[in-house]
Amino acid sequence: MDPLDIRRTRAAQTNTKTPLRETASQTAGPYVHIGCLPSFAGICGIYSQDLVDNGLDVGSTPINIVGSVLDGEGALCNDVMLEFWHADEFGKYQNGHWRRTGTNLESGLYDIQTTMPGSVQDEHGNVLAPFINVWITARGINIGLLTRVYFPQFQALNDHDPHLKLIDIERRHTLIASIVETSTNDEYRFDIHLQGQKETVFFDV
Amino acid sequence: MTISNSERFAQRDYSVQPSIDYSDYRSTILRHPKHKLVALPQSMADVCGPAFGHMPLGEHDNDMIINYAKAGESAIGERIMVHGQVLDQSARPVPDVLIEVWQANAGGRYRHKNDGYQAPLDPNFAGCGRCVTDGEGRYSFRTIRPGPYPWPNGGNDWRPAHIHFSIFGSGFAQRLITQMYFEGDPHVAICPIVQAVNDERAVDQLVARLDMANSIPMDLRAYRFDLVLRGPASTFFENKLEGN
Repeated sequence: MDPLDIRRTRAAQTNTKTPLRETASQTAGPYVHIGCLPSFAGICGIYSQDLVDNGLDVGSTPINIVGSVLDGEGALCNDVMLEFWHADEFGKYQNGHWRRTGTNLESGLYDIQTTMPGSVQDEHGNVLAPFINVWITARGINIGLLTRVYFPQFQALNDHDPHLKLIDIERRHTLIASIVETSTNDEYRFDIHLQGQKETVFFDV
Repeated sequence: MTISNSERFAQRDYSVQPSIDYSDYRSTILRHPKHKLVALPQSMADVCGPAFGHMPLGEHDNDMIINYAKAGESAIGERIMVHGQVLDQSARPVPDVLIEVWQANAGGRYRHKNDGYQAPLDPNFAGCGRCVTDGEGRYSFRTIRPGPYPWPNGGNDWRPAHIHFSIFGSGFAQRLITQMYFEGDPHVAICPIVQAVNDERAVDQLVARLDMANSIPMDLRAYRFDLVLRGPASTFFENKLEGN
């Protein structure tokens, strides 16, 4: 069943009692990898492999995104877990791609292989610039941080994007990845600054 | 494609969420954004999400008592079953969603290269497990009760005994990581990670209750822990119309 159909069916079952309160978030802590990326943490044999993607074909537009996560003093955060979620190459979330990874304990770099998302239309029919949602958790982060990666080659779409326009103009660049010229593949660099002069834009949805 | 109020999630109520800038929890000082979050309208990105409800699970994925133990052996500690229901804010069950859990062993030691606490590792315990909610949003797993442990926070800080939970919902905007605590633990009131949540009821909602009705005599005790994920925005609109 189409995921949106599932949501519509459930919407019809909505009851009108007093709403419950969402469970409070707590930090994922320094050992998040034990539960979410056990082989990455050196724990082998519990699962046949770590859950790092949702199993869909990367299609004809594979890409690589590499980067680091830095704190307010510019220090590398090497204990972070990141999840990526985006539309397929046709801009559809019904076949959305999901990835999970950790920053490397030594280098502090994360590295994912995925596919270039297609443009999505918003509810007013505007064509949005292609983007990838990124969710970040770690020790010291009490509630997961949500940001987005946009791509430099879609400048016209980026300049007219209704979501990017909601951001102060001098901060929008923090969401645009750079092309890694030296790579033979489609490789992008996207660093995340949790705090400070170069602080990345984070969202509330 | 228009998303209606019954598909869109309710705006997050930050009064029941932890403060992100809470200097008593030292690691937040340099890791919290200082700019306000930019509010975005929800779109398909947020109401859709990856679905793991039908992924093949190993027979013991939800049993930390034995899933890392040598044949015929089991982890040391208080044998417990943890169970509950995942609901959304309109009290509807959230079926077929993945829950991943992790924890320290009975002595408070994590199986992670960065944990140097002197309590020994248990060769039969890793502290990693997962399960999926059923058609009614119910889940359960078996484990041993983790111990409290000291952590570097500039003083003499000890975490209450806790199990970390990571949950997916039906939409990516419901994604949640939290911690479950145990009824009657005096460390809950003095832990800065817990107390970053400045709402007594919200803290209480993180505390699992002893559930003797579901214990198994001469085998294990049970703890009950329910989780609530963001629910549809329409729940709140309907209540407003009724004058609530």
